[in-house]
Amino acid sequence: MNQYVEAFQDFNQHAESGWLKSQRIAAFARFEHLGFPLNGVEAWKYTNTKALAKRNFVLPHSVNLDAARKLLDEAGLELRAHQLVFVNGVYAPELSDLGNLPEALVVEPLSEALDKELELTCGMMGRLAGIDCDVFTALNFAFAGEGAVIRVGNNQVIEDPISLVHLSTEADQPTMSHPRILVAAGSNSQIKLVEHFLGEDTATHFTNRVAEIVLERNAQLAHYLLEVPGEQSWLIGRTHVEQKRDSRYICHHMNMGGKLVRDDLVCDLNGTGAESDFSGLLFGRNKHHLDIHSLVNHYAPQTFSRENYKAILNDKARGVFNGKVIVKKDSQQIVAEQSNANLLLSDQAEIDTKPELEIYADDVKCSHGATTGQLDETALFYLKSRGIDDQLARGLLTLAFANEVVDQLAIPEIYQQVETTVAGHLPHQVNLDDL
Amino acid sequence: MIEIKDLHAKVEGTEILKGLNLSINPGEVHAIMGPNGAGKSTLSAVLTGREGYEVTSGSVIFEGQNLLEMDVEERARAGLLLGFQYPVEIPGVKNVYLLKAALNAKRAAQGLPEIEAPAFMKLIREKIKFMKMDNSFLHRAVNEGFSGGEKKRNEILQMLVLEPKLALLDEIDSGLDIDAMKTVAEGVNSLRTADRSILMITHYQRLLDYIVPDVIHVLADGKIIKTGDKSLALELEEKGYDWLLEGAA
Repeated sequence: MNQYVEAFQDFNQHAESGWLKSQRIAAFARFEHLGFPLNGVEAWKYTNTKALAKRNFVLPHSVNLDAARKLLDEAGLELRAHQLVFVNGVYAPELSDLGNLPEALVVEPLSEALDKELELTCGMMGRLAGIDCDVFTALNFAFAGEGAVIRVGNNQVIEDPISLVHLSTEADQPTMSHPRILVAAGSNSQIKLVEHFLGEDTATHFTNRVAEIVLERNAQLAHYLLEVPGEQSWLIGRTHVEQKRDSRYICHHMNMGGKLVRDDLVCDLNGTGAESDFSGLLFGRNKHHLDIHSLVNHYAPQTFSRENYKAILNDKARGVFNGKVIVKKDSQQIVAEQSNANLLLSDQAEIDTKPELEIYADDVKCSHGATTGQLDETALFYLKSRGIDDQLARGLLTLAFANEVVDQLAIPEIYQQVETTVAGHLPHQVNLDDL
Repeated sequence: MIEIKDLHAKVEGTEILKGLNLSINPGEVHAIMGPNGAGKSTLSAVLTGREGYEVTSGSVIFEGQNLLEMDVEERARAGLLLGFQYPVEIPGVKNVYLLKAALNAKRAAQGLPEIEAPAFMKLIREKIKFMKMDNSFLHRAVNEGFSGGEKKRNEILQMLVLEPKLALLDEIDSGLDIDAMKTVAEGVNSLRTADRSILMITHYQRLLDYIVPDVIHVLADGKIIKTGDKSLALELEEKGYDWLLEGAA
């Protein structure tokens, strides 16, 4: 833990006195008090964070733009978007594109927002995911400084997605970043937010991201979480969404591997008619450890939540899906559906899945289901009997399994990227784009 | 085309094929008939390389190659294609994916480049029309929710696209009404050329009214016990199998 103390002192000592500085100090004290979760903690039962405590992560002192550019090019996700790029957590204006921003849309790096609109920005920070939330959120707050602020005015429909790209590249020392994403979507607004985590396989990076999202009345956010952090990287994320009346949050969560990825997703359905909809994929290979903890709080009557997560795990990959739904006492006429289907492609892959329902109202419709299985051997034989080789046949069947959630990806470039990754670059032969 | 010699095969330790001999020349259509339990399904499983079937002795030479040493997919690429008795439903895999992947696998094995998309679509549309199927079939998942007739038509559609050297049709008539059977038979008959062979495995004689074979074999207790021309089918229909079985015993 000492290395974090050192890094923190280094980071905060030059900061200007004020609310933020004192909050950071309080946050760090909270982090020190809590320490990294041990396996005894229920929420971290299946996920070991020991390595995070031991490793000596530092805030990057410089960024390698060439490597970052190469990583971006290789990923080949060419989106027309309002885009902010971060390299090992540091905002990189050279790679970002904020041209053609509509007037009613603010997209800016947190570092600039803190300079320009300190009060407004601080007002958005820590309200949903504050110091007292959990140890990683506290740690994130202690190092608060980078990230993004997105504000959309009332009645605005923003056509192009807003894209936040978090790149991690190899450095002489393991690096860490603590981005905080603040989103405020005005009444009746509609936006698409893409967060793309992309890392070199040789990079050793610890991303500890927190997002706080407020959806005003009838606002709609389609959130694409695309996580490909790299073989040696940790990605811990918390997304907390506050939903007012009739708002809609749609989360496409594509978790495509990583040394350790943990996401806590929280939706507070505070207004009648609010709806949250998650479709997610955990795609693990090698020794990837992928952990999803979702929590939907039905705080208001007539609110709706749907969760459909699929896991495909190969080799020694391990997945965790914990879906919690809480229905408050007076929250009547709720619909909450949850489903989790898992495909284990090897004997050593493992999934731990657990629904948790806490229902205190009586007029509710809640369902959950979990299944785990292997590829269908008769289907595999059928495909091979048509001359399709074993690898492609397995790819097709794996993709078929994932399709139920992948098909929901409404941005074609993202759909293509995920499809390619899942089938292991196989769809080339069966690419239907040109048909 | 194919030469099967003294083939013995076991399923779960029980010998099912007990010295089967069969030879098919290019361009010929053969039918294998026989009572339940004769080994008809085992023969098609062994020829396509299905797991769980153990060949204990004998040989199968297909186009000069030792078929039994080839993987399932290699057999298909070499030109041996099975029309399944029970086509498998594969949710999430579209027919068009399957057809394109299979056609390109075959082309790759022949050293040909992948087929261009427009040419592929033209080919597929033509064949689909011939099989009296709707274009929407292409974007439906393989066999998922298909009726019995649709499944069998889909099997023949794959044959028309993949153009095998030897088409092996396992009970292709089972579960078909008369109209569907006519369409399937038309499809199969359109496959008949001077250099392509067809081996039909069937329980019933009625299929042979629509696809007239050159040679008919009777399989019983793991062996071919009688071979004749198409008139043998009529004889079987009239007299059943018993007279042959008694003769063999």
